[in-house]
Amino acid sequence: MPYRLCFCFSEDNFPPELKDYQTLAAIQHDLKTGVSTCVELVRLYLARIEAEQHLNAFVEVYSSDSLQRAEEIDAKLTAGTAGRLAGLVLGIKDVLCYAAHGVQAGSKILDNYKSPFTATAVQRLLDEDAIIIGRQNCDEFAMGSSNESSYFGVVRNAADRARVPGGSSGGSAVAVQAGLCHASLGSDTGGSVRQPAAFCGVVGLKPSYGRVSRWGLIAYASSFDCIGPITKSVEDAALLLEIMAGADEFDSTVSTKQVPAYSKSRTWNESQKVRIGYLRESVESEAVAPAIRQRTLEVIEQLREQGHTVEPVEMPLLKYGLPTYYILTTAEASSNLARFDGVRYGYRSQQASDLESLYKKSRTEGFGEEVRRRILLGTFVLSANYYDAYYTKAQRVRKLIRSETEQLLTRYDFLISPVTPTTAFKLGEKTDDSLQMYLADIFTVGANVAGTPAIAIPNGLDENGLPIGLQVMTQAFEEEKLLSFSQYMSATIATPEKV
Amino acid sequence: MKIDREALHKVAHLARLEVKPEEEAALLASMESVLTWMEQLDEVDTEGVEPLTHMTDEVNNWREDVAKNALSREDGLGNAPSHDETYIKVPKVIE
Repeated sequence: MPYRLCFCFSEDNFPPELKDYQTLAAIQHDLKTGVSTCVELVRLYLARIEAEQHLNAFVEVYSSDSLQRAEEIDAKLTAGTAGRLAGLVLGIKDVLCYAAHGVQAGSKILDNYKSPFTATAVQRLLDEDAIIIGRQNCDEFAMGSSNESSYFGVVRNAADRARVPGGSSGGSAVAVQAGLCHASLGSDTGGSVRQPAAFCGVVGLKPSYGRVSRWGLIAYASSFDCIGPITKSVEDAALLLEIMAGADEFDSTVSTKQVPAYSKSRTWNESQKVRIGYLRESVESEAVAPAIRQRTLEVIEQLREQGHTVEPVEMPLLKYGLPTYYILTTAEASSNLARFDGVRYGYRSQQASDLESLYKKSRTEGFGEEVRRRILLGTFVLSANYYDAYYTKAQRVRKLIRSETEQLLTRYDFLISPVTPTTAFKLGEKTDDSLQMYLADIFTVGANVAGTPAIAIPNGLDENGLPIGLQVMTQAFEEEKLLSFSQYMSATIATPEKV
Repeated sequence: MKIDREALHKVAHLARLEVKPEEEAALLASMESVLTWMEQLDEVDTEGVEPLTHMTDEVNNWREDVAKNALSREDGLGNAPSHDETYIKVPKVIE
């Protein structure tokens, strides 16, 4: 995939030394052959972050920290003791804990909070010598599809600064898109890795529910939340997943299933033909932008030419995915966010007169509008009079949606669809209408409701040069197959700019 | 779903949030429209369907019942907005 920045940068304000690395393997090749060093790479990324500050992708940049770590890793490289991620300069979404560093979920309520521990997923990457260059802007408590609800302000899409990067992992996606770090770690509760990845023309992977430990991820909705990588290539997504995944004594919901060597098994055997279903609505509905329908149809045609069976499928329950998601996630959020009360950490109102008003005022002043709305909705659907009508009902529908998805995935190896119904929309375009904003997740939310893995891969550009994403989904814990087929598709499916 | 001011304030109290008078109208309107949209689920026949309450196949991942203290008192107090050397401080609870 060519570097997308050609739409907004001229070659001459791009530091000539920072190559457009598509894979970590390419970086490690340059480190090995002495073309570059970790220190040099970190310096170049820091310079790019500085030059692109107006994108607002980072909340905090760890300049001296990351340079010091780079020095240490350069020494390890010389000594031949470096880990598998040596040379990886990584950004982490502001919902992932990193000991002795700030983390505040894009919210005022965690003002001045420094994490006393490191998330398991982050620790495993650090153990393999990843360098964390900073924490990245996101929608407050990961609630949003446009990165406009952050306490730290809006994030801008590098393909068009008047447009949103998607959300909630908007800063993380833009940072990879704009070359501010090589990869990012985001979280995906209803599409928060895949949707911004699609809007920014990069790869975003949401693993199966429970594949990666959630320890150290600030919870939004615990039965949906997944940590996932945002990268330039499927190859790197596979490597990061392999290192992060697997059993963890700090998370009793994480799967104890063995972790395959995703990075080793990614070559798809071309003679292996598969059955693929595509959502009929996604290429026929007027609600999907014409350019996206067109690009999706072209992919379908090329897959057929390659000898795969590609058929339209119906998912009668598709339209119920979003309301199910919003009932259950607001309910879980209202419970998860009860801990932010101004007592043990974070923001405390100075206006309080007693303990109850300390809770109320700290929470009211500390949470933003969308978070307060979702806490209220979640409290409402969990309240005694409405619990069965909303919450239990949604849990029943969730069961049906999961069964429908699993059924389809016994008949088809993969389900494909666009990631989003439109490309990146304009800043402010949907902020006044919650329901319109929620619809941005129509195709992504199913994987979270069903717990299946899904990946967003770039699929060309629309008439305005804005990135389009293709989503590929498969059965739970079949990431190996998903990654190797996505890698094959990325390499073989022609997009207009490749042709 | 219609909700009135009283119900809104009751829910806000349960959630330990305050709703200012000038926010009431807009908040009621947006909550009502989202709740009404959520009621689409009534179209789905869920007769005899068990609610899905666990997303993982893992059953009872026990750990040894050994006390571990991963967080020192100093670290635990370090993030508190108000504390002394031993305790987190809050406004007086008992008169």
